[in-house]
Amino acid sequence: MSEHVEPASEHATEHPGYGTFIKVWLLLLILTGCLVGVSHLGQTYAVWGLLTLTPLKAGLVFYFFMHLKYEGPLFKVVVLVTLGTLLIFFALLFSDVAFH
Amino acid sequence: MSTHAATAQPSYLVDTGSRKGLMAWLTTTDHKRIGLLYLYAMSIFFLIAMGIGFVMRLVQLTSYQKLITAQTYNALFTVHGVIMIFLFVIPGLSAVFGNFFLPILIGAKDVSFPRLNLASWYFFMAGAILAVLSLFTGGGAPDTGWSFYAPFSLKTGTNVSLAVFAAFVLGFSSMLTGINFITTIHRLRAPGMHWFRMPLFCWAVYSTAWIQILATPIVAITLVLVILERFFGIGVFDPAKGGDPLLYQHLFWIYSHPAVYIMILPAMGAITEIIPTFAKRTIFGYKAIAFSSMAIAGVGSLVWAHHMFTSGMSGMALMLFSLLTMIVAVPSAVKVFNWVGTLYKGSIDFQPPLLFALTFIFLFCIGGLTGVMQGALAVNVHVHDTYFIVGHFHYVMFGGTGMAFFAALLYWFPKMWGRMYSKAAIYASWFPIFIGFNLLYFGMLILGLMGMPRRYYVHLPQFHTMHVVATVGSWFLVLGLLLFFGTLLYAILWGEKAEDNPWGGVTLEWSLPSPPIQENFEEIPTITHGPYEFERLEGKS
Repeated sequence: MSEHVEPASEHATEHPGYGTFIKVWLLLLILTGCLVGVSHLGQTYAVWGLLTLTPLKAGLVFYFFMHLKYEGPLFKVVVLVTLGTLLIFFALLFSDVAFH
Repeated sequence: MSTHAATAQPSYLVDTGSRKGLMAWLTTTDHKRIGLLYLYAMSIFFLIAMGIGFVMRLVQLTSYQKLITAQTYNALFTVHGVIMIFLFVIPGLSAVFGNFFLPILIGAKDVSFPRLNLASWYFFMAGAILAVLSLFTGGGAPDTGWSFYAPFSLKTGTNVSLAVFAAFVLGFSSMLTGINFITTIHRLRAPGMHWFRMPLFCWAVYSTAWIQILATPIVAITLVLVILERFFGIGVFDPAKGGDPLLYQHLFWIYSHPAVYIMILPAMGAITEIIPTFAKRTIFGYKAIAFSSMAIAGVGSLVWAHHMFTSGMSGMALMLFSLLTMIVAVPSAVKVFNWVGTLYKGSIDFQPPLLFALTFIFLFCIGGLTGVMQGALAVNVHVHDTYFIVGHFHYVMFGGTGMAFFAALLYWFPKMWGRMYSKAAIYASWFPIFIGFNLLYFGMLILGLMGMPRRYYVHLPQFHTMHVVATVGSWFLVLGLLLFFGTLLYAILWGEKAEDNPWGGVTLEWSLPSPPIQENFEEIPTITHGPYEFERLEGKS
């Protein structure tokens, strides 16, 4: 009934093939390997590896396997709001942890 | 624009399906009935927790204890907190009045997901039953306080695991309700119901719903970690295993401070509906109130660590969270200013809902200002974990959310049940409630400043006089509350039939019969103006 929001399905224009999924999967495996490798270099590297590579992997899963790439802008904005909130929470947490 | 059948539908209180009586209520997907299911359940929980609070005050009446043991006292303040927080004030106005009135106020037949709505209520009841079971099973009632702080909550032999799991289940109820309300507001607004034509209660419920779905998962996972730690010793929070108890406090308050705004935002929304109706003029600063709701939801989610100023956090975090705490007071003050601005030069029609709304403003201001005091680091160190904190949050949660709940109940009561209560009896109940409330909780503020620590079973002789004052206040308060609830219960059963619009309100619910019909509107309305245009109606008349 609202005139403001169109159904998200109207924005779905393309669908990924198996090739895309396999490429993303391989990339996830490589990133996991990198993460394991980095964690052996010491705690600082492990933490920074976790903070950078893990969100990247999660992003790939969101984008392809959870279909975010093919959704309308509303869903993308909602996910961005959620991730932005999480990022702010992390930043504020680090205002305690990083300055101990 | 969709249309309804031309024939008049029966009231939502009439069973028309194949199921009758209790089964019709327990399987209903009507948002109005679900709102009442929440209300009835929450009223029972409130009265139980009120009784527990009453006993706790009796314990403090004497400087030596005969009524209960110290362990029982610990269990009582935990159970009082868990019930009041998780089963009354958090679902509070959002679950009851949000469910009942949100679809009506935006011109919809129901919420977006009616069956999910009923499932939310069942999650709520399941969580409540688990919480009650935790009192009588395992090692007995939890003795940690409602915040379940680690490492004590990991070590105590009481039934923390089940109580924590109950809170986890209750979280699902909250999240599903939040998802339902956000979707409803985005998708089911009537034609012409633009964002800035929505009644401000809808903005408040909308802001609250965002907090519910963003913050609740964090505490849900945290509580699961507590259970895993208790059963498997995974060592996330236990310092003996390399865990960090401060991490627990952070994660707990990342949810539980925004939860304060889950409690208060719908209350503010209800007050914003009541004041224009009884001032007979449009709200002062519509957009300022709407945006302040969103600002409270946003900034209020970033101030959690002010509960941890004495925990040993870094100096940087202390300064940052102190600053943010000061900032969150601004949008709250915007609302108070606008409410008072609306009353200014209004044609005041002094009725019971307005009396309780004004009581809310007065008590909430005391609660808010004592909160700002604690935002200052130097003051916080001195009053932390004293009765000052207990007094402060009762002013916010009871004086704020509680009084707004009562005001909203009085305001919408004729619409919900189609009956009117005795105004004289409600006025009579207000006096003991107001006097008792302030004796009890202002007494606690003074006790806290004197140095009385919270959660202590016994007290030193120098605190005794104020403890007696506070306990006598609790008697007045309970007396007033029993009269209040008794009056409303009598009115539900035997009250006079109410008019469709007894207060002269102009939002959509007042255009409906009392009680509303099953699908709310015979025909979905087309909205052509803002929600509080009293002047336009006066022009017409």
